[in-house]
Amino acid sequence: MKSTVIVFPGSNCDRDVAVALEKMQFKNQMVWHKETKLPKSDLIVVPGGFSYGDYLRSGAIAGKSLIIDEVIKVANSGCLVLGICNGFQILTETGLLKGTLLRNKNLKFINKDIHIKVLNNKSKFTHKYKKEQILKINIAHNEGNFFTDTHHLEELEKENLIAFKYCDEKGDINEQSNPNGSLNNIAGIFNSNKNILGMMPHPERMIDDLISNKDGVNLFSSLLN
Amino acid sequence: MKITSQIIEKHGLKLEEFANIKKLLNREPNLLELGIFSAMWNEHCSYKSSRIHLKNLPTKGKQVIQGPGENAGVIDIGDNDAIVFKIESHNHPSYIEPYQGAATGVGGILRDVFTMGARPIALLNSIHFGSPEHFKTKSLLNGVVSGIGGYGNCIGIPTVAGETKFNETYNENILVNAMAVGHAKKSKIFYSKAKGLNKSVVYVGSKTGRDGIHGASMASAEFDENSEEKKPTVQVGDPFTEKLLMEACLELMKDNSIISIQDMGAAGLTSSSVEMASKGELGIELELDKVPCREENMTPYEMMLSESQERMLIILEDGKEKDARKIFEKWDLDFVIIGKTTNSNNLTLKYNNKIEGEIPIEALASKAPIYDRKWIKKKKPKKSEINLKDLKKVKIEEALIKILSSPNHSNKSWLTNQYDQSVMCDTVLKSGSDAAIIRIHNKDKAIAVSVDSSANYCKSHPITGGKQIVCENWRNLITVGAKPLAITNCLNFGNPENQEIMGEFAECLLGIKEACEFLNYPVVSGNVSFYNGTNKKNIFPTPVIGGVGLIKKLSNPLNHIFKRENSLLILIGKTFGHLEQSCFLKENFSISEGMPPEINLLNEKNNGESLLKLIDENLILSSHDVSNGGLITALSEMSISSNYGAKILKPKKLTNLFKYFFGEDQARYIIEINSNNLPKVEKVLKESDVYYENIGFTQKKYFEIEGELKISTKDLFKINNEWYNNF
Repeated sequence: MKSTVIVFPGSNCDRDVAVALEKMQFKNQMVWHKETKLPKSDLIVVPGGFSYGDYLRSGAIAGKSLIIDEVIKVANSGCLVLGICNGFQILTETGLLKGTLLRNKNLKFINKDIHIKVLNNKSKFTHKYKKEQILKINIAHNEGNFFTDTHHLEELEKENLIAFKYCDEKGDINEQSNPNGSLNNIAGIFNSNKNILGMMPHPERMIDDLISNKDGVNLFSSLLN
Repeated sequence: MKITSQIIEKHGLKLEEFANIKKLLNREPNLLELGIFSAMWNEHCSYKSSRIHLKNLPTKGKQVIQGPGENAGVIDIGDNDAIVFKIESHNHPSYIEPYQGAATGVGGILRDVFTMGARPIALLNSIHFGSPEHFKTKSLLNGVVSGIGGYGNCIGIPTVAGETKFNETYNENILVNAMAVGHAKKSKIFYSKAKGLNKSVVYVGSKTGRDGIHGASMASAEFDENSEEKKPTVQVGDPFTEKLLMEACLELMKDNSIISIQDMGAAGLTSSSVEMASKGELGIELELDKVPCREENMTPYEMMLSESQERMLIILEDGKEKDARKIFEKWDLDFVIIGKTTNSNNLTLKYNNKIEGEIPIEALASKAPIYDRKWIKKKKPKKSEINLKDLKKVKIEEALIKILSSPNHSNKSWLTNQYDQSVMCDTVLKSGSDAAIIRIHNKDKAIAVSVDSSANYCKSHPITGGKQIVCENWRNLITVGAKPLAITNCLNFGNPENQEIMGEFAECLLGIKEACEFLNYPVVSGNVSFYNGTNKKNIFPTPVIGGVGLIKKLSNPLNHIFKRENSLLILIGKTFGHLEQSCFLKENFSISEGMPPEINLLNEKNNGESLLKLIDENLILSSHDVSNGGLITALSEMSISSNYGAKILKPKKLTNLFKYFFGEDQARYIIEINSNNLPKVEKVLKESDVYYENIGFTQKKYFEIEGELKISTKDLFKINNEWYNNF
């Protein structure tokens, strides 16, 4: 499996996700944001960070960058695309995913380990997880509060396009287990073809027991086959 | 323009100093030159009051690659790996403009580290605020925490440890100290010393604006009621540009293009160019019309004194300009040759081909004033007046709850959750522990880092206080299994022109020196911040120690949280019951008199090294140092984040319950061990002649002291977590 990580000048999780991909035996390449061509790959990752500083709306400038036009093209032709954190924000800016990420409800940056539940394990990204499996995973964002219109929200719920929802240790999905105010506790969504996943939590931070846990491993291994 | 005494005073210079300048120049300086002298001769840049004391600190050792005097200190951790680190204050700007002040504090210290060729791997901070009741505290706390987070989170360096303290002494002068730690190849360290004639001097990074002009001079004066008007002297940070600058510099450092590199920190272009030239015993000529400016019509004076952030000065090898330029263009940063090295030994400033200023480098550097300021010894503090009868008026449980729920002891996740502690995926142990552990990327070794201060101890007896912080810092590294290697220090004090304050400084340093020497724990970098105070009210002496230790093989990272049921608890070190200057007396009786606990360096060293031996033999399940709040507080902390509590037996020879449980005697640790390992543990401790006591064992759910107190770990957690959330 070949993967490509897009590197914006302010990306700061690009190395972390590359380490995770290589650990899982992906053949990975880093591609600079000024490039206008993507190498042939099976998976494109838009990593976390602060793409172009994000002094404007998060991901707004990245959504108009040179390389992102190419990402849109291959995504529309079915290539797998994973956007993590700032990558999720960028994907919503391009329109590849609908909805948007508002500032966290408490108006503060939040970094901690929280829990999410796998709602849909019938996708190329999640099939190695059990349905309703609870994962302990790290979040680190200032704008992770998912918002969208009623119509899209209905579609997400009905068509099973919600990958993960925030929950507590026991799996309860409620206001207390919602760290940032996201609509319906949404932590990650697919597009309707399910070849694009955007998620706020960081699976690449959860691949090593010494540092955290291995709850992120299955996301990458799902993508391997 | 005639230089009047008003102008001189406005530049923070004394009339005698001005006379000295005239002597060195053989003429009167013009305004530009005066500005440059004021930038180089102020306390912040020249260390004029502190230098003669600093030179007594131990700075050498087998582990030291570079001691003080460079952008940061460098130590050897084996296998061609080096750790580069430094701590710096940003107190004055943070009080005036908390967000930007704290943010640029982080930015500045990061530059010091990557300038030397290291990729930053961890950030730490020590922040001190006034009393929680003071009307400014809340907004200052909010601003500083968002500023620290805002910068570190964006650039993508984890903020892994720190300390946050409240004390009314900081009501009108908060402390914001930021520490950065980086990893470099030992064979690829970059220095600021210029070499060679006619080499290109290159300006890279952000453009120069009018922000921060005279920032360093501001940091060298006391505050008064007009301090708010100093807002324009605070710099504005741009972490995104810093990220670009960091990546571009590290990319350029992969080959051999750089002769010398220096970040533009305090006193900007002035201090960076003078520093490089002075170390290289060369002259330097700058063509100021070439400096990239972000505002129109900037004068040479403004350019030389601006403290705009995210800028660097580089001296390049011949013929490397093209490749170097390419790298900076890739990162969309300015890259302009603004001057060259010369053999004139002068700082020569040209604007539109006209010489606007010319000063001998040595007048700015080696001939800058050095003061041996008068200082007086601190008198031994009077004994605190508490008798044993009064102690009995409080219940042990209430006293413990008071400490655990106090601002200084409450769980700080409210603020640490605002920092990205996990980015870079090498954070093994983070805030809330004795020390943080950071793995060296792609290796199975790690470093431990911690920052510590004890202003109350230093105030009451500076020599003991100075020793104590070094020892506490040393202990914090040991408890997580690291061998302490070296420290950086940030010395926050009041007005050095006051003999008492200067005495606090001199004596704290004596204490630090003594402890560092004894523990082979040299000082490799640091920073002095004087004039912390407002309207003649000086802050408590607050030296902050940042230590780095090495964990050679990271297999079983250790922390302070109880691991299982029925393990044995051993207290290493002797308990005398020292209550003066304790949290117990402060929180329960509002008494803060008397001596700090005595430091016995021999015991410190022996107890610490013996514990390291036990850790190396894999005999320890969890360990914690006993410090503020005494034994009972340390034990509670071990229970708080655990499913397990402890049952502590009453000691047989008990003088006084409160003294035993709340006393702050030093050189003590609590260890949790598997009961089967007791003989092995005792053997090591006996062989090294370490005093220890078996104090009890771990149990499920409850923290208990036989016959005195029983409280669930859940309740302890709640008590410890309420304060910030309600603040």
